[in-house]
Amino acid sequence: MRHLMNTLMGATAGALISTAALAEVESTDPIKLTLHDWSGQLINTQIMGSILEEAGYNVEYVQADYIAQFAGLKTGDLSLAMEIWATTGQEALDEAVATGKVVNAGETGLQAIEEWWYPLYMKERCPGLPDWTALAACAGEFSTAETAPKGRYVGGPVTWGGFDDERVKALDLDFEVVHAGTDAALFAELESAYQREAPVILWVYVPHWAPAKYQGEFVEFPPYSAECYADPSVGINPDLAYDCGKPRGPIWKAAWAGMEDKWPGAYSAVQAYNLTNEEMSAMVGEADLDGKSIDDVVNAWMDANEDRWKGWIGQ
Amino acid sequence: MEHKQLISRGVLVWGVLLFVTWILSRYGIGWAENAGLNWIAEYPSAWVVPLTTYISAAMNWLVEDANFGLFTFTEMTRALSWVIEQPYLLVRALLAEGFMQGSGRRAVQLFPPLSWIAVISGVVALGHYARDWVLAALVGAAFLYLAVFGQWESAMITLASVVIAVPIGVIGGLWLGILAYRHPLFEQVTKPVLDLMQTIPIFAYLVPILFMFGFGPVSALVATVIYAMPPMVRITTMALKSVDPEIVDFGVMTGCTQRQMTWRILVPAALGSLMVGVNQVIMLSLNMVIIASMIGAGGLGFDVLASLRRLDIGGGFEAGIAIVILAIAIDRLSQAFAERSTRMVPSVQGNTVFARHPRSTIVVVIMVLAFLFGQFIPAIQTYPEGATATTGAFWDDGVKYLNVNFYDQFEAVKIFFLSNFLLPVKRFFLGIPWVWTMLMVTALGWTFGGWKLAVLNVAMAGFIAMTGMWEKAMITVYLCGSSVVIASVIGIPMGILAAVNDRAGRVIAVVIDTLQTLPSFVYLIPVVMLFRIGDFTAMVAIVLYAVVPAVRYSAHGVRSVSPELIEAGIVSGCTPRQLLTRIRLPLALPEVLLGLNQTIMLALSMLVITALVGTRDLGQEVYIALTKADTGRGLVAGFSIAFIAIIADRVILASARKARIRYGLESVHD
Repeated sequence: MRHLMNTLMGATAGALISTAALAEVESTDPIKLTLHDWSGQLINTQIMGSILEEAGYNVEYVQADYIAQFAGLKTGDLSLAMEIWATTGQEALDEAVATGKVVNAGETGLQAIEEWWYPLYMKERCPGLPDWTALAACAGEFSTAETAPKGRYVGGPVTWGGFDDERVKALDLDFEVVHAGTDAALFAELESAYQREAPVILWVYVPHWAPAKYQGEFVEFPPYSAECYADPSVGINPDLAYDCGKPRGPIWKAAWAGMEDKWPGAYSAVQAYNLTNEEMSAMVGEADLDGKSIDDVVNAWMDANEDRWKGWIGQ
Repeated sequence: MEHKQLISRGVLVWGVLLFVTWILSRYGIGWAENAGLNWIAEYPSAWVVPLTTYISAAMNWLVEDANFGLFTFTEMTRALSWVIEQPYLLVRALLAEGFMQGSGRRAVQLFPPLSWIAVISGVVALGHYARDWVLAALVGAAFLYLAVFGQWESAMITLASVVIAVPIGVIGGLWLGILAYRHPLFEQVTKPVLDLMQTIPIFAYLVPILFMFGFGPVSALVATVIYAMPPMVRITTMALKSVDPEIVDFGVMTGCTQRQMTWRILVPAALGSLMVGVNQVIMLSLNMVIIASMIGAGGLGFDVLASLRRLDIGGGFEAGIAIVILAIAIDRLSQAFAERSTRMVPSVQGNTVFARHPRSTIVVVIMVLAFLFGQFIPAIQTYPEGATATTGAFWDDGVKYLNVNFYDQFEAVKIFFLSNFLLPVKRFFLGIPWVWTMLMVTALGWTFGGWKLAVLNVAMAGFIAMTGMWEKAMITVYLCGSSVVIASVIGIPMGILAAVNDRAGRVIAVVIDTLQTLPSFVYLIPVVMLFRIGDFTAMVAIVLYAVVPAVRYSAHGVRSVSPELIEAGIVSGCTPRQLLTRIRLPLALPEVLLGLNQTIMLALSMLVITALVGTRDLGQEVYIALTKADTGRGLVAGFSIAFIAIIADRVILASARKARIRYGLESVHD
């Protein structure tokens, strides 16, 4: 035990020494980045983390729930969240920003797309696809025993919003909307149907590994506009709103409001950071489908893009 | 004769009431609407009390403004958090991560964690100390499995949180239990609190805990302790009460102080029972592994979640089975310690350290050697990655095979159950006007437990209606009720079979142990793949989890029928069949009812997990509240679930007591 205590004391003393040695950054307290449970976010976060480390900052990763993390960002327990999707997290982000304790640190460059999606083999059974009018005609092709003669559409968790129940009504689609409880359940349905080449149509979002693993397409609805959601008279159906597709939106970075004061250099690097959808999809595919470790994927990006990230940290 | 008549009259009355309920369920709402009495059919939304908002506001005040003069509430909880975190970090460093210099990613390892060889030799020594070489081999093999299947590091992180959570739960539980033993008033106060701690789903209070204790493993530890401690409190109070009064008198005669009485006499005398409590705390802590990992505990639970997110079913199964193996190893060890504490073990005498502490000496030597050699041969420090085995592909292929080849059969079974069982039951429950349901719940309470239970039931059902949770509560009752029926239909015969046939009993025991410790998340996703999203899938998941106590209690009930009564049956010429139906089953009824009670509790506790599949009940409400970090909403839904559980619990316990009295196993005045 005594030996252990000595080790710990040594560790503390060591930390003090290293503080002196690394005086070039504003604070050597660890910047805490949140990790969630999907690969894209892990890659995104660890690239950001590696860049901050290259700049001399001390970085720590913390496992946190996507929405619950705002509690930590408000208090400063957590410093930075790298993926807040406009499509699913906007409400929580706006609420947190309104308290003045969290700031929106800008776009990641990634664009979220969320829409109805079907595997390619369904195109043979419903030839008019991807145009949405074909769905109205061949809803029966998508039916299951419980929903027949209606088609069955698997929507995301109710917390994701998405207005699919309203969309089905407004566009007069003969579909029943079934809400999955989680992302995992949603894609389990796809995997199961895909193995049997059974009918399926569901909510898919990108960047995600699914479009890389399964061949398929998004349905093309009338394009989204804010008016279409807000005003019933706009769009195909004169009486109902939501008679169009889903909005697409950026994926934001969110930071603890105190981050800019404590680590100004790090904060400006975070603001400068951006990736593209193509880069991200390729990396997610490497991690989830080819079985590469997240670390390898991140290191490969760091090596290939040295000029880019050096610019972000002003080197 | 009079007695018999009374029972049949009761049955008659309840039969009529059930029929009336059925009629009302079909036509009641229509009648009420025609008569313009909508408030009877459906609880008016204007009457809903916005308790949700009040609770959220109170929570905000507590976290942001509450001040005790010298320090704020948040500072207090954060200080507490720091105190818990220190030993946790120490254990985690020792087992999994090594001692670091500095913090964050820049940290340099000063001292590696214990080598896998050292940890395995440690648990083998513990096994030998607690019982014998057989146990030592079992736990050694279990830990070796973790290394060979590449789960070592995650398993050690999980072990570290168990090593911290369990002592806190045990010491806290012991202390509260002793207080409850000494002060009957305190016992009266803690009882309902313990009920709530066990029945409110963890998701419901996760958000407030995050606010108070910050992000990371400490919050997960606190949630684990809240969930795992109640049995320790109950068992402590019960164990102290059942200490032989002669021993207590002896203590009084020798002039013990209260402190001496507790620690020198009562606690040692009750040690055997107390160890059962410790065992419960350990098992419940391991049950929490998955949920704890959602808020930053890491370890095996996180591996399960992350694998399933990628639809890597094999990876999820492997991590899940590692949890089962870890649980079995720790469970057997703690049971052996419980037994050891009740038997006399001669203390070893000797002149050298080795002679007195042979095992500890050997383990320390191995640790030092493993550390020294580990510096040069990495395989001694960390189990080599190249030598790990995996069964992942087997599980993936297995599920795929079932899916591709047997989907139609599964589908047929599902449709049969849905149209003939689930949907009619759902229509029945959702159709009953809420006023009538309230009346029935009250009547149930009054019949079995007198006016006290009736009042309790009204208050709890009233809370659910008042907070606007009625409809979701009815879906909850329907889903859990159907699952409990199926679980009982499967579980009770299995339990009876296990009791009368030893060989079947052994097989069933293994199945039951696995079902209890395998995180339900692991089989949730395959079940979704085979049965799609919907109520049937949720029911399958609930049944798999809730069937355990139905089997266990009915087996125990049938086994523990007094041998004299069976002897009497044999003498009077009963056939084996008559022995079972006339003697064993009726006498096992109270135990079976207790099993039913536990089945209901487990079914309700699975709701939050099935919300992850996609249900529309209170579990979903709790889950939505969690994802939106809405304290009030989560707690209100959580309390509603707890109240449903408590109503069911009280009614069943009261009826079990009536049954015991009827069979003369308990006197009326007990």
